Amino acid sequence: MARWNVLEIGTLAVKKMAMHKTGRIALSLAVITLLIATWWVLVLVTHSAIFPTPLQVVTGMLELVRDGTLFDHIGASLFRVGAGFLLALVFAIPLGLWMGWVRGAYSTLNPIFQLLRPISPIAWIPIAILWFGVGNVSPIFLIFISSVFPMIVQTTAGVHTIERRYLRAAENFGVSRYTLFRRVVIPAVWPQIIVGMRIGLGVAWLVVVAAEMIALRSGLGYLIIDSRNAGNRYDLVIAGMIIIGVIGLLLDGTMRLLERRKSVRWRYVR
Amino acid sequence: MSAKIVVADVYKSFPSDAGVLNVVEGVSFTVDDGETVAIVGPSGCGKSTLMNMVAGFERPDRGSVVIDGVAGSTPSPKGILITQHGSIFPWLTVQQNLMFGLNGHVRGREMLADHYAAMVGLKGFESSYPHELSGGMLKRAELARALVVKPEILYMDEPFSALDALMNLRMRNELLRVLAEERHTVLLITHDVEEAIHLADRVMVLSARPTRIQASFHVRIPHPRKLSSPAVQEIREAILRELGLDQSVA
Repeated sequence: MARWNVLEIGTLAVKKMAMHKTGRIALSLAVITLLIATWWVLVLVTHSAIFPTPLQVVTGMLELVRDGTLFDHIGASLFRVGAGFLLALVFAIPLGLWMGWVRGAYSTLNPIFQLLRPISPIAWIPIAILWFGVGNVSPIFLIFISSVFPMIVQTTAGVHTIERRYLRAAENFGVSRYTLFRRVVIPAVWPQIIVGMRIGLGVAWLVVVAAEMIALRSGLGYLIIDSRNAGNRYDLVIAGMIIIGVIGLLLDGTMRLLERRKSVRWRYVR
Repeated sequence: MSAKIVVADVYKSFPSDAGVLNVVEGVSFTVDDGETVAIVGPSGCGKSTLMNMVAGFERPDRGSVVIDGVAGSTPSPKGILITQHGSIFPWLTVQQNLMFGLNGHVRGREMLADHYAAMVGLKGFESSYPHELSGGMLKRAELARALVVKPEILYMDEPFSALDALMNLRMRNELLRVLAEERHTVLLITHDVEEAIHLADRVMVLSARPTRIQASFHVRIPHPRKLSSPAVQEIREAILRELGLDQSVA
């Protein structure tokens, strides 16, 4: 009976914590701490010679910070993602709007994009190397390929799902085509475009690391592969992985800020 | 008074799984300039199809819709359609919505928009977004947006049906107040008999699908109308009888 009570109090406490925001943060911090502790214990128990302890990873990270190479790698990766993603954005939004609005454009181009979309960007690596060599252009091309399709698809779907009552209202007020696009079509599609941008940037970040593993002399992907090749520095491998995760989270968080704008809130609050 | 809207022997059918569905069959009526006419009928009887044809969003298969002597006109700011679910753009502020129909060159667009916002009781909410407003306020915004472009005709398709009973009543009074200030021709479609009698100069009853005009009643009661008065009740019972509802049931 007493043990039941302890359990009940325990679950109640967890439930209560989960309800509050600070409680939720505290809870996930606790889980992370538990994971790190388990990792640490496992490494010590198994006497692994290669797999590092959390402390060794932190020391390795500090080492990279101190000699400045970490920021060079981060900068290189971010530059490639930024360039490829922006190119894709500039290409995808007009194309997606056009495909959404013009039936013929959709029926002509959509099958091609649907065919290209499921091909993993990684599969493009040989072609990228063939066409662009092993400089910066290859990863930028791969990022373009990876993020352009989700953004086209989302933008097109956004146009297709504009509710007819809004288009009718625009027709009723007899506005010009310019006003129709600027005041109705584009703002109606914006929330979907933001979703596409979040997906696109997420995939881009996945791909840049993979692309940098193949060739090149900089970037977080290169850091990971190079650390392994140059003397099994698994502390740096894991440090690189953690940094990739954190930056990915920050990138998505930045994109999510776009969802806070009042002119798109309507789509997310229901 | 001259005829503003002349609907002559209009037919409309749609293809369906079971062949052709005749929705509107031989409807004729006229609406005079400045008159408020309500059309009531059972739900799904083709009221909205009829409205869409009158407002120019759909073409009749046969027959004609003549507005101000012009047949087959397309949607224009001359007649603004207000529907049950509304079409206030959620991505624009109230003021931007109200200015939407105004040509870019119109002078003092903001002033005009704010004037109508104040008229419908939305003063202070000009820079609010629709998702920050209640259902009743959205209706006010919708009405104001229509009034801004000074339409000659208001087409209202179940305009207040999505509101709760109290807000519905409040919006009717609001509409009557606005209509007293600015003269419009109004074609109102509703399933609410009381709403029709409250607002209209004339109430037409539609039959079940395929729809046609079954009966027509003049409401010669001056505004403000007291809904519990015997005169209103008398018309209400007559309309309900036409709709197939016995007064003892209603």
